[in-house]
Amino acid sequence: MWRYALNRLLQGIVTVWFIATATFLAMHAVPGDPMSSDRAVTPEIRKNLEAKYGLDKPLAEQYVIYLGNLARGDFGISFTQQNREVNDIIREHFPVSAILGILAIIFAALGGILWGALTALYRNKLPDIVIMFFVILGISVPSFVFAALGQLVLVKLNDLLGFSLLPVAGWGTVSHMLVPSLVLGLGTMAYLTRLMRSSMLEIINSDYLRTARAKGLPATRIFTHHQLRNAILPVVTVLGPSIAGITTGSFVVESVFAIPGLGRYFVQAVQQLDYTVIMGTTVFFGSFLVLMVIIVDLLYGFIDPRVRVS
Amino acid sequence: MFGLSWASSYFGGAKLSKGIDAATGTVTLALADEPPQLDSSRSTDTISSMVLGHVTEGLIKNGEGGKLEPGVAERWEITDTGATFWLRPDARWSDGKPVTAHDFVFAWRKAVDPKTASEYATIFFAIKNAEAINQGKAPLSSLGVTAVNDLTLRVELVRPVPYFDKLMVFKSYNPIREDFFKATAGRYGADADKLLYNGPFMITRWVHGAQLRMEKNPHYWDKTRAKVNVLDFAYFTSDPNALINLYKDGKIAVAGLNQENLNEALVKRWPINRFQRGSVFYMEFNHRKDRPTTNLHLRRAIQLVIDPDEVVYRVIKLPGNLPGRSLFPVWLDGNQGKFREEYPATRILPDAVEARRQLALAKKELGLKTLPPLTLLSDDGALGDKMTEYFQETLRRELGLTIRIDKQIFKQRLAKMSAGDFDLVLGGWNPDYPDPLTFADLFASWNSNNRGRYNNPKLDQLVAVAQISTDVRTRMDTFGEIQRILIEDPPMVPIYEPGVVYVVDPRLKGVVRRVAGFDPDYTSVSILEK
Repeated sequence: MWRYALNRLLQGIVTVWFIATATFLAMHAVPGDPMSSDRAVTPEIRKNLEAKYGLDKPLAEQYVIYLGNLARGDFGISFTQQNREVNDIIREHFPVSAILGILAIIFAALGGILWGALTALYRNKLPDIVIMFFVILGISVPSFVFAALGQLVLVKLNDLLGFSLLPVAGWGTVSHMLVPSLVLGLGTMAYLTRLMRSSMLEIINSDYLRTARAKGLPATRIFTHHQLRNAILPVVTVLGPSIAGITTGSFVVESVFAIPGLGRYFVQAVQQLDYTVIMGTTVFFGSFLVLMVIIVDLLYGFIDPRVRVS
Repeated sequence: MFGLSWASSYFGGAKLSKGIDAATGTVTLALADEPPQLDSSRSTDTISSMVLGHVTEGLIKNGEGGKLEPGVAERWEITDTGATFWLRPDARWSDGKPVTAHDFVFAWRKAVDPKTASEYATIFFAIKNAEAINQGKAPLSSLGVTAVNDLTLRVELVRPVPYFDKLMVFKSYNPIREDFFKATAGRYGADADKLLYNGPFMITRWVHGAQLRMEKNPHYWDKTRAKVNVLDFAYFTSDPNALINLYKDGKIAVAGLNQENLNEALVKRWPINRFQRGSVFYMEFNHRKDRPTTNLHLRRAIQLVIDPDEVVYRVIKLPGNLPGRSLFPVWLDGNQGKFREEYPATRILPDAVEARRQLALAKKELGLKTLPPLTLLSDDGALGDKMTEYFQETLRRELGLTIRIDKQIFKQRLAKMSAGDFDLVLGGWNPDYPDPLTFADLFASWNSNNRGRYNNPKLDQLVAVAQISTDVRTRMDTFGEIQRILIEDPPMVPIYEPGVVYVVDPRLKGVVRRVAGFDPDYTSVSILEK
């Protein structure tokens, strides 16, 4: 077990190094000049700027310096927010994205498992059809539509009630988090519902369920101990990457609800060619994703004893 | 739930406040984006300018109706060779210490120091040795600015600068106190407690990406200027729907409108304000040797078919925008009145027949049967797809030109412009200071912003006159002449002067919008009691 964990961890480090290198190369290959701005600057000022950010050195040397800093956990200073370290940006804004993401994942996982199990139990009956209709909707409608819609509903609701039940935007209290995280989790919830449904259906005719029924186990115990536990495996598999995906992909929701998460910096940095922030956020999110996948792999062993053996 | 309670304490749970709270004198507003940083010597963007305008003050400040008013300087004297500023003794930093001439000397030296790498260093180049210092050819101490004593600042100029008083309003000239700057260890302006304030407000709380709260600065010399206690920029978003929803929910006092929101605002009969931002957008030609757009007749043909009225009224369709007639926008002052009233720009009316005649001449001069496809460079910013498509279609229909649209991200558009990789490009200019020169020198051959490399010796000559002449009449006549050249031998075709449309809570009075200098200005807003 420990050997396996260590092995996975080493693989993870190599993956992160690969991500870092690929991002470094891709970023420098992207057309555009990070030092350009609205106001054209004189060649001297430009030289001063390049020297300040170490862009005057050859690319290979920049790469070595960058890897060295990376090993020390130093991502450097943002090009656009010139007095802020990338580490500060991540430290201040990632918790916000993380809280939003975790809440969204809780919504998505609980909803997905519940709805998925329900649709499987009522296969081809009315509840199945109704839920699956909404699932298709949830998968096909992009999150910015839900975000705008969610906010509009809140405005109308507050208007109707005459007082602010839930704030329409901003960040700070639990009440600020509910609607954005629900909106953020909807797509994943729909996806998990479908996944749960099909994996439930797969095992519904299996031998061990027939045996369980035959030996007279109560239906609830069959459901919780045999059906749910076996069907949940694929859901757990996608849950890890989804956590990373949701936490990193919240840019639109963050923008609509004015939430100070990391997603905004992640996207803006690319538009503004803010090299250090691009590198910092990409490597950070990359490591996060890799870590989530490793954790899921390890968790597998606990949920499914068969994995532990191999 | 630990995480949640931690988060709510960390990010402050008090965000359920009203847009306008008369009891506490609080106005809640939204910011389009986070200010990147608030070091006045390096700041380049408009959001930082707006924030700095509220919490810091230079020698001279913007006053009522576009006039200049004394700021830290009580009075001043500007001559052809230099300037002297006498500082008011009661100007204070937010820690209670006086603002002195030394703070200006330190800030200005820092701004031209090559190590600072300020993009606005050039705005100091009229000061003795500024350019040499910035190129690393002279020591910092040789900069032509000295503190004669704590309250007297003397500036030496290398050439007469008739608009030097207007320059003093610009944020790069704001004071920075040396001991405080050094104590921040390279993080000056990065956080609320890493900045010293000498303006009517001070930042008491800055949660990055979420909130910037300003409170009245008790040490500010003019006690009557700030009328509310708190300006709380509690939402950072530029999403127009989010803004209007926050406004509808009573959470913010001011919200910008876009095309879709405007109809709703009209239906609800909200009081709608409009404001000209002061900038000008235009289509620029490439004048590099191998480009067909070097040909005057081709440029005139394009000028004759582009109809700014159609762009503004049928493509943009938002109130507040003005059709472009000149590089000089309507708000600029002339001799007594407005420059554009005293020197009206020749109106180019769309004339397809004349345009085709010009095109034929162009083809003959260029020795071409048909013109090669022209590349129209644009970005994902203000001049959107609709406009580029309008130009593409108009030039095809009227002149039979093939236009290739090359849409890039902002930085790449700039890179391609600098490299000369375009025939036509959509660009624009925001004024740095309220003088026609901020526009007039744009197409001078030496100006690095002249990315199309327009080269007209007559224009260069006129710009040189406007730069050093101190006689108002001579300068304005010169600008009038420059305007004529820019229309007759066009380096660009003006498209429009952009405006913004916005709603303000009727209880909020005194929001000032201005074109040069920081905008919007909430320093003297007051809350109307009901």
